Amino acid sequence: MRKLTFILTLFFVLVLSACAPAAPVVKDMILATTTSTQDSGLLDVLVPEFEKQSGYVVKTIAVGTGQALQMGEECNADVLLVHAPASEVAFMEKGAGKERMLVMHNDFIIIGSPEDPAGIKGAASTEEAFQLIAEAQAPFVSRGDDSGTHKAELALWKKAGVTPEGDWYIETGQGMGATLKVADEKDAYTLTDRATYLANKEGLGLEILLEGDAALLNVYHVISVNPTACPKVNEEGALAFARFLTDPETQKTISEFGVDQYGEPLFFPDADKTDADLGLP
Amino acid sequence: MDVIWEGIIEALRLMLQGDPEVWQITLLSLQVSGIATGISLVIGLPLGTWLALGLFRGKGCFLSLINTGMALPPVVVGLWVSIFLWRSGPLGDLHLIYTPTAMVIAQTIIAAPVVTGLTAAALQQLDPRLQLQLLGLGASRRQMVFALWREARLPLLAALMAGFGAVISEVGASMMVGGNIRHQTRVLTTATVLETGKGNFALAIALGFILLLLAYMVNMLLTWIQQRDG
Repeated sequence: MRKLTFILTLFFVLVLSACAPAAPVVKDMILATTTSTQDSGLLDVLVPEFEKQSGYVVKTIAVGTGQALQMGEECNADVLLVHAPASEVAFMEKGAGKERMLVMHNDFIIIGSPEDPAGIKGAASTEEAFQLIAEAQAPFVSRGDDSGTHKAELALWKKAGVTPEGDWYIETGQGMGATLKVADEKDAYTLTDRATYLANKEGLGLEILLEGDAALLNVYHVISVNPTACPKVNEEGALAFARFLTDPETQKTISEFGVDQYGEPLFFPDADKTDADLGLP
Repeated sequence: MDVIWEGIIEALRLMLQGDPEVWQITLLSLQVSGIATGISLVIGLPLGTWLALGLFRGKGCFLSLINTGMALPPVVVGLWVSIFLWRSGPLGDLHLIYTPTAMVIAQTIIAAPVVTGLTAAALQQLDPRLQLQLLGLGASRRQMVFALWREARLPLLAALMAGFGAVISEVGASMMVGGNIRHQTRVLTTATVLETGKGNFALAIALGFILLLLAYMVNMLLTWIQQRDG
């Protein structure tokens, strides 16, 4: 019996210690964002700075853009940082979002094994490269997780007039880092954001085969969830976060992020630009 | 193969240097899973005892239900708990989603059937004549139950270890209801998933080693209690 008492006491102590640090409820703010921003490490720099400045406690949930938008629509998030412009416009038209602001962009690149079996190196456009891959039936690894990157990839296939199907088209259903690993193991082509590629470059046998096409821009917007549709939403916190991201100070931090580690920036600040400047509708 | 060595070295470095983030993640894992196991014990021990000793209709049906509960997939538990705790869900006003409390709830649902089922099995395994003998010697019902628990202490502590093992190692539910938020709900398993996703395999392996070491220490403590004396 003494042993039982001992174990129970032990758990009781644990319970008490877990209850101690309780933050005020209204200070909580849920940020739904994409795995690519989390995996790049940018949020680990920005979020603590925002928390320090504003006093909010941010709960960052990293999911695919599709799920992030869904979370916003179902009132399960206060603010979204996402990169799938077409879906975002639909989201705003449904009245699910209140404010939508341009934050930054990075770009997608097509990588593959240096042998380049489909010969996409030097292709005039992304469409052409995708057509070449499909014609050669060369293995291509897709995220397949309804993320922003996956949506961008599907849009590019559509533009190329190809329905990606068959043994050569591999869907992982995982994040970018894991997908890169699969592509590496299979010597396959894949579409990735530059940030995740640079962060994982070491240990990958894949290299950049196509970059710089305007169709490959990966644009991030911050969206505050509409309080009319979701009365429980933390509107103040969401707007404070949107303002913070577009603030010149933060924009400077974004432009400098990653330079010391990779020798080049991972993200380009865009708060002073418009959607049209980036070729978006 | 290099990555495994790097992982082992990284694990040693993190533990010896006491990296504050890893330390905090480890402590949270222990806290969440420890509390969940504790609550499961409080629920599972009486419930399992009642199932083992009680005589009532539908006992077999109920026991099968509990035993099926032992096979509950953590992601399914995570999904259901999320649906209830999301702001759009029935318990949304409690603001529990993405907190350690939500993780404790999910892990309790995973561990409680394990503790209950194994408690029932442990007590059913005892010679039924022992019950009669104890009552015959003038023990009250309460004293009899305590005596039976004492008699079955080895399998009962094994039940506790199985419950703890189930929750300290699960990732699906913790990821869904906790959200893997840095400094708030990140535990060893979700951190391992994150680092694997980022391609930091050495760090992921290191976190795995720390998790195993933690489980080993907790089980060593319980085994020590279990084996000490009568």
